[in-house]
Amino acid sequence: MSGHSTYQPTTAFGKWFDDRLPLYRLVHDSFVSYPVPRNLNTFYTFGGILMLMLVSQIVTGIVIAMHYTPEATMGFDSVHAMTRDVAYGDTLQDWHAVGASMFFVAVYIHIFRGLYYGSYKAPREILWILGVLIYLLMMATAFMGYVLPWGQMSYWGAQVITSFFSAIPLVGETVREYLLGGYAVGNATLNRFFSLHYLLPFMIAGIVVLHVWSLHVTGQTNPTGVEVKSKQDVIPFTPYATVKDAFALVCFIIVFAYFVFYMPDYLGHADNYIPADPLKTPPHIVPEWYFLPFYAILRAVDFNIGIPFTDIVLIDSKLGGVLAMFSAIAVLFVVPWLDTSEVRSANYRPMYKIFFWLFAANAVFLGYLGSRPAEGIWIPLMKLTTFWYFFHFLIIMPLLGWFEKPLPRPASITDAVLAKHPDGDGSGGGTSQLEGAAAAPQSKG
Amino acid sequence: MKKVFTRLAAVASTLVLAAGISLGAASAADEEGATPHYPLKKPKEQSWSFAGPLGQWDIGQLQRGLKVYSEVCAACHSLRLVSYRNLAGLGYTDAQIKNFAAEYEVTDGPNDDGEMFERPALPTDRFKSPYSNDKEAAAANNGALPPDMSLLAKARAPERGFPTFIFDIFTMYAENGPDYIHSLLTGYEDAPEGKEPGDGLFYNPYFVSGSALAMASPLSDELVEYTDGTPQTVDQYSRDVSAFLMWAAEPGLADRKQRGFIVIIFLLVLAGLLYFTKKKIWSDVAH
Repeated sequence: MSGHSTYQPTTAFGKWFDDRLPLYRLVHDSFVSYPVPRNLNTFYTFGGILMLMLVSQIVTGIVIAMHYTPEATMGFDSVHAMTRDVAYGDTLQDWHAVGASMFFVAVYIHIFRGLYYGSYKAPREILWILGVLIYLLMMATAFMGYVLPWGQMSYWGAQVITSFFSAIPLVGETVREYLLGGYAVGNATLNRFFSLHYLLPFMIAGIVVLHVWSLHVTGQTNPTGVEVKSKQDVIPFTPYATVKDAFALVCFIIVFAYFVFYMPDYLGHADNYIPADPLKTPPHIVPEWYFLPFYAILRAVDFNIGIPFTDIVLIDSKLGGVLAMFSAIAVLFVVPWLDTSEVRSANYRPMYKIFFWLFAANAVFLGYLGSRPAEGIWIPLMKLTTFWYFFHFLIIMPLLGWFEKPLPRPASITDAVLAKHPDGDGSGGGTSQLEGAAAAPQSKG
Repeated sequence: MKKVFTRLAAVASTLVLAAGISLGAASAADEEGATPHYPLKKPKEQSWSFAGPLGQWDIGQLQRGLKVYSEVCAACHSLRLVSYRNLAGLGYTDAQIKNFAAEYEVTDGPNDDGEMFERPALPTDRFKSPYSNDKEAAAANNGALPPDMSLLAKARAPERGFPTFIFDIFTMYAENGPDYIHSLLTGYEDAPEGKEPGDGLFYNPYFVSGSALAMASPLSDELVEYTDGTPQTVDQYSRDVSAFLMWAAEPGLADRKQRGFIVIIFLLVLAGLLYFTKKKIWSDVAH
C-alpha cells in the first residue's frame, strides 16, 4: 500500500528540505494521504487510541518519576506525599494508575478485533507478531509499575510473579535471584523494577513504530476481510480517519475520565494502601484485573505430570502452571498459522463467529475465576476454561478451516458498502460506476 | 455429514461452557457457607455527603470526626501522613491550627549542642503518633499493632461480589471504606454460641480478616462532647469519624470530583462537536 508518494512541496524551502530529508513527506504519506478502507468501523479506532494511551502513560510517568523515590522505606510515602502535597498530584497518580487499566481495556478490544476480523492472516503475520510483542512488553511494564507504590499487593504480587521463574528447571533459582537482586523482594528489586519500568515503555514505542510501519506496508484490513482492490475502496486518512479517530478517542477519554475523577480506586486493590510488609501475607494475593485470566490458567494446573503408574514426576504442578500460563501468551504468536481458513472476516464465517464469541466469554470468565481463591468449585471451573482457551486455538482454529463452509463474500469493499446503501450515490451497482462517493475523496489525496 | 458434526460439536461445547459458567455463578453463594469468608457480614451502606458526582465534605461532620479521632482513636492509632496544616481543609483558621498543633509535644533536633529536644508541634508537623515506633505500639496493645489511620478509609474495601461490583460502576459506589469503618464501629455484638473468640479478642462480624479483632468497642454514648447539638451516640460518632478518616485518606476528594465534573462536561461538548464534524466530513462517502 506504500505506493507512489503524492506529496508536493509548495515552498522553495520545502522543496530544498525535502530533497535532503523527506521528513514532512513521510508524515504526509503516513497520516494525510495514507489510504484507508472506507468501511472501517469503530473497532478500528483503537489503534490510534492505544498510541495516545502510550503517550499519556509516558508523560504522566515522567512527571510522577520527578516526585517518586525508589527506595524500600520511602517509596510508599513518596507516592502519598505526591498525592497530598504536589499540585494536581492526586490527579496525576490516578491518571497514571487508571491509565494502565484503560491501556489494557483498549489493547484487549484491539486484540479481539484482530481475532474477529482475521487481521493476522497473510500478509499481516509480522504485524500481528509485533502486536503480541507489544502486549507482552505492556504486561511486563504494568507488572513492574504496580510494584513501585510498594504497598502490600505490590510486594506480594512481586513475590508471586518472580517465583514463576524459579520453576524453570536448573537455572530457575538463579534467574529469580537476578530478577530480585537478592533472595527475596527488597530494595534492590524496587530499584531495578523502577529502572526497567522507565525503560520498557520506550522499547514499546520502538516496536509501535515497526507495528505501524508494517501496517502501512500491508494496509489495513476491514470488516469484509476483502483486500483493497481499487481506488474506490479507499479514502485518504486525513480528514476521514483523523476525524473519526478523534471522535472515538474523546469518547474513550470520557470513560477514562469517569474512572480517574469518580472511581480512581475501583480498578485497584485496597491492600495497596497498606505499606509493604514482608512479614504479613495478605489472605488473597490477586494481580491487577488485566492479568486475572492468566492467573486462573496458572492455578488451573494443580497436578503433577509424570509417567503413569510410576512415581516419576516429569513436570511438577508449579512448573506446569507456569508453562500453561506462558503458553497462553505464546500461542498468540502462532495464531496466523493455526487459523487455516482462507476467509478473513468472521462476518463470512458462521462457525468461527460462534466460536469467537464463545472464546471471548470464556476469556472473561477466566478473568473472573482469576479473582477467586483456588478452592472448591473454582478449581474444576479453572481447568475447564483453561482447557477451552487452548482447545480454541489448537484444535478449533485449525479444524474450522476444513469443516466450515464460509458464506459468499463481496467482490470488493465498494460492493459491500453499496449493498448496505442501495440508495447510495453509486446505486448503479457494480464496482466501476462510482462517481459521487469515492471520486470526491480521491481528489483530496 | 461434516457440517452436521461441527454444528453438533459447537452446540455441545456451548452448552458445556454455559453450564460451567452458571454453575460457577450459582456456587459462589453456596461457597460462603462451607469455608468462612471474611467479613462475615457486608458493610452497611450509609449515605455520605461526599458520595456521588457532586459530593462535598460536610465541614461540621469533619470537625466532629476530628474531635472523635483526637479524643478516642488517637490514643492508639497514628495519622502519620496527615499534617496539622491540612486542617485548613476542615475550615479552621491559621491561628486555630497553630493552637491545635501546639497542644502536642514533638521531638526535634539535634540542636547546636547535639541534643534532641521537645517543642510544641507546628502546623507543618505531621500528626503526632501515640507511639514512637510499631514495636512499642504492638507491645502496648497485647501484640496487635493498631493500624495507621491515614489511609484506612481506602485500605479497607471488602469484596462487593458478583454482580454488585458491576453495578457499582454505574452507581458510582466508592464509599466502601467509610461504610466499612462505620459498620465495624457499630457492629460489636455478643459472639454466637460456640463461636466465642479467644482472650483479648472481640467478636465483630464486620471485621475484614476474621470473626474477632483485638480492639474492644472503642465508642460509647456520651463519650465525646459535641457542642453543636448533634446526638452523642455511637452511631453518630462512628459516622463522623468515618467521614473524617475518608478526608484524612484523601483530603482532595471533593476537589477531585469538582475537577472531574468540569473535565467531563468539556469532553462531552468536544465529543458532540467532533460527532457533527465527522458526520459532515463523511457525508459524501457511503461507508
